[in-house]
Amino acid sequence: MLDACGLNSLEDLYNHLPEAALLDRPLEIPAGLSEFEIADYFKQQGARNANGYASFLGAGVYSHYRPVLCDVVVSRGEFLTSYTPYQAEFAQGTLTSIFEFQTMLCQLTGMEVANASMYDGSTAVPEAAMMSSRINGRHRFLAARNLHPEYREVLATAARNAQMQVEEFGYDAKTGRIDMDSLVAKLDGTVSCVIVQSPNFFGVIEDLEAVAAEAKKHGALLVAVFTEAVSLGLLEPPKAADIVVGELQSFAISPSYGGPFAGVMATKEKYMRQIPGRLVGETKDHDGNRAFCLTLSTREQHIRREKATSNICTNQALIALMATVFMSVYGKQGLRELAEQNLAKAHYLADGLERPFSGPFFNEFVATPKGGTPEAANAGLLKKKIIGGLPLGRWYPELKGSMLLCATEMNQRADLDAVKEALR
Amino acid sequence: MTYPENLRYTKEHEWVAVDGDTGTVGITFHAQKELGDIVYVDLPKAGSAVEAGKTFGSVESVKAVSDIYSPVTGEVVEVNSLLADSPEKLNEDPHGDAWLVKIKLSNPGELGGLMNAGDYTAYLGE
Amino acid sequence: MPKSLGKIRPHLTQDEQLLFEMSSPGKKGYQLPELDVPAVDAAAALGAGNVRAGIEDFPEVSEVEVIRHFTRLSTWNYGIDLGLFPLGSCTMKYNPRINEAVARTEGLAWAHPYQPEELSQGAMEIAAVLEQHLGEIFGMDAVTLQPAAGAHGEYTGIMLVRAYLAAQGNPRKKVLVPDSAHGTNPATASIAGYEVETLKSNEQGMVDPAVLAAAVNEDVAALMVTNPNTVGVFEENIVQIAGILHEKGAQIYMDGANLNALVGLARPGDFGVDVLHSNLHKTFSTPHGGGGPGAGAVGVKKHLEPFLPVPRLKRIGEMWSWDYDRPQSIGRVRAFYGNFGVLVRALAYMQAHGGPGLKNATIDALLNANYIRARLEEHYQIAYNAKSMHECVFSDERQEKQGVRTGDIAKRLIDYGFHPYTVSFPMIVHGALMIEPTETEPKQELDAFCDAMIAIAKEIEANPELVKTAPHMTRTSRVDEVTAARKPRVRWTR
Repeated sequence: MLDACGLNSLEDLYNHLPEAALLDRPLEIPAGLSEFEIADYFKQQGARNANGYASFLGAGVYSHYRPVLCDVVVSRGEFLTSYTPYQAEFAQGTLTSIFEFQTMLCQLTGMEVANASMYDGSTAVPEAAMMSSRINGRHRFLAARNLHPEYREVLATAARNAQMQVEEFGYDAKTGRIDMDSLVAKLDGTVSCVIVQSPNFFGVIEDLEAVAAEAKKHGALLVAVFTEAVSLGLLEPPKAADIVVGELQSFAISPSYGGPFAGVMATKEKYMRQIPGRLVGETKDHDGNRAFCLTLSTREQHIRREKATSNICTNQALIALMATVFMSVYGKQGLRELAEQNLAKAHYLADGLERPFSGPFFNEFVATPKGGTPEAANAGLLKKKIIGGLPLGRWYPELKGSMLLCATEMNQRADLDAVKEALR
Repeated sequence: MTYPENLRYTKEHEWVAVDGDTGTVGITFHAQKELGDIVYVDLPKAGSAVEAGKTFGSVESVKAVSDIYSPVTGEVVEVNSLLADSPEKLNEDPHGDAWLVKIKLSNPGELGGLMNAGDYTAYLGE
Repeated sequence: MPKSLGKIRPHLTQDEQLLFEMSSPGKKGYQLPELDVPAVDAAAALGAGNVRAGIEDFPEVSEVEVIRHFTRLSTWNYGIDLGLFPLGSCTMKYNPRINEAVARTEGLAWAHPYQPEELSQGAMEIAAVLEQHLGEIFGMDAVTLQPAAGAHGEYTGIMLVRAYLAAQGNPRKKVLVPDSAHGTNPATASIAGYEVETLKSNEQGMVDPAVLAAAVNEDVAALMVTNPNTVGVFEENIVQIAGILHEKGAQIYMDGANLNALVGLARPGDFGVDVLHSNLHKTFSTPHGGGGPGAGAVGVKKHLEPFLPVPRLKRIGEMWSWDYDRPQSIGRVRAFYGNFGVLVRALAYMQAHGGPGLKNATIDALLNANYIRARLEEHYQIAYNAKSMHECVFSDERQEKQGVRTGDIAKRLIDYGFHPYTVSFPMIVHGALMIEPTETEPKQELDAFCDAMIAIAKEIEANPELVKTAPHMTRTSRVDEVTAARKPRVRWTR
């Protein structure tokens, strides 16, 4: 091969680089390992993490059963090792599955257009804010204080650079829902959108129609956020919203210490050209057969460059595929039954516990341990190989005596009872 | 392609036809040909102010976007509603039915700075 | 009679409906355990107004229908597992399956980001080791693993520049981007609040130091440069370029999309770069998965470290801990700690190769690209004469004389059983064909690819129509993207 290239040695491939740039020593990275050694290394690291614990953590990452088919499908090399489907003629597998994904997300959220997915729920929030800004030309955003705290932090980071003005409004200390008075006091004709999560970070279901009505009075949009996708199997979809963003981790995506996950972005048809990210559309091939392709690409950075709707070029295709398989396996009936089981488990757990908020909740709620701190209650549970709830003081000093508990279909009654015992 | 004598042309490949104090603006045959199949046209609303040499909208093909620069300054008085549903008309009849907007001119003197058909044809030939 | 073309022979492909079309009421593919707590009446617990009716038109299919559906769809795709995938700047290399296996390790895959730190030490250790290895490869002082993808890494990097300059008293106004850059660069600079100024490349496709020097002033925050650049050429003046920027207090940002050409050979930190991102799904073999997930680690020099996103790993005695107390940080760029599952795969790749193996892979990638260039140069016009690194870029100017453009050649290449190269990018090349084979490919596969490219060049001379109407061997013929864009239909409806 060197001969064909007209070169004498391998060094000739790179000795034209400036000498100052060339590394004059080997990389300080240990020599290569065998497959066995690599597997062993990760097994050992995995063993240093929690293993065999029952967990009651939610807060944006949920433990749900992952149907076996999800891994079977995403392990197929034709999906795993393919690229973004720019060459539609032989990427119809990926394109068709994304079209199904987009459709199912519309059905779940009550929206008319859903893109092919975003990085995750948290990064979808500033994207929704920027989209809102493109729609109504305003640059002020109101975010609920019971929106996931890390999502709010991501929004704040983006806002600092894009000269967007983000203000927070409070929650009602009795219900755990947003404080409508606090919102109304900040709403005026300069607000681009109101960002509300439902079920919110405390697990409480918000009245999105009422929020939308207030926003609309001032020409502001409603961005509805969800972190627990399973709730969509049972709860009224956020139809009142103009933009819906959320996190799909609950749909067969392993918690994986926080990622990779897949974000959702859905909206109404009239805003289709303002949505960021990839979109798949239906069309025909030259012979008249149904075919799919990426469409409305002129919104994207590779064409519009600095005028693009976003700088994003990745979607989470493989993760979205996993979620698509999950939705197919559970289907219409299964998703509801799954959601009902979550509801039953969480309400069984909550029964008899001291809860600061009275608003309706799905599979998460805030509880206050009697006669001790959340940390102390968790320490006791850890001894029983149970990871308890998330102490809230880190983000909400006023709730430092409380924790956020989540129960899913994975939690068994004996563990639910153990947690109830520890908190009472 | 012969370019109509009654139009005035810009270097960015727009044309304007003036009738009284109103200018009808479109993109040229050359512009649509360079873009290929046009799939979407983004135009301002009636009542918007536009300025000569500044963009007021864009024309999109599948893989390209081209800004539209106004040849004249004034106020948009009418937008061609045909293009919302039938952007392909821009490929078929760019100098006729597929005009983009009508603008009430606030500075008719600007027209002097635009090319006539002969100049534009020569400009394309360069 | 044998029907074949290149490495292609016809194969059975099944037709398949959409899930919604095969759905019928009552079919199910799931089974939930018996509920071990009392059932709850949803309307009573939540209020009837909060409970939805059934999800309209949501699919109802059986388990076997699910597996067949997605297996059939998969056969309509092409992947690295099926052959060479020469997309320039995308680094489509083999995705080792050990990476997939270890990412599914129980204690890693099921780790909750909020579980106690003392029960997360394994995950944190993996992140720490990866940061260290990447720092060594980049020649950088600190690395963050938080960004979710390459463009997200760019965004993080430019925010770091902004925060650093703001701390000096002036965040400045402009970011310079060469005209050869990937579209994410200007898009990123723009959403990070900067004006974008485009720099014209010189006749070798490189940044021209004189053009740069004329553009750099106290308003310029940074230059975003890709190296090797998008024409596959090492920026030979990179040290001088960094000097020009630093002299005026500006930063140099490197887009690490093409880092596969440098690992073990040259380090961005050594040639003057202040901040770079690397796409772990390119250079470090994590699967592209049809468009994601990726990960976009960012490396920085010491002066930018205080601004890195929160949280940062911190060693306290024998334990790893997350440090949120970073007053100068740009803040959080995403929830939790990055695409951890992708990081696991990238580390497994580095371990399999080791330091010497990583360098060998780089050299193989250079050799493969130069071999393709040598074999095709007679048939296609090379865009620039400068020496190629890991990819080579041709122009379609010879084929255009027959009315055939790069997009047509790409479609014909599909007929021969290869994924096309990158089409029409970079934009500074007239009708670009951008070819990156990676180190993955054996000589036989490279030869089969070159043979196909040469056969197509000959077809263009003899019968251009054949190429212009390609592909002919696929189950889906040329897709009508125009109608898709004119009348967008982006979901199924009854």
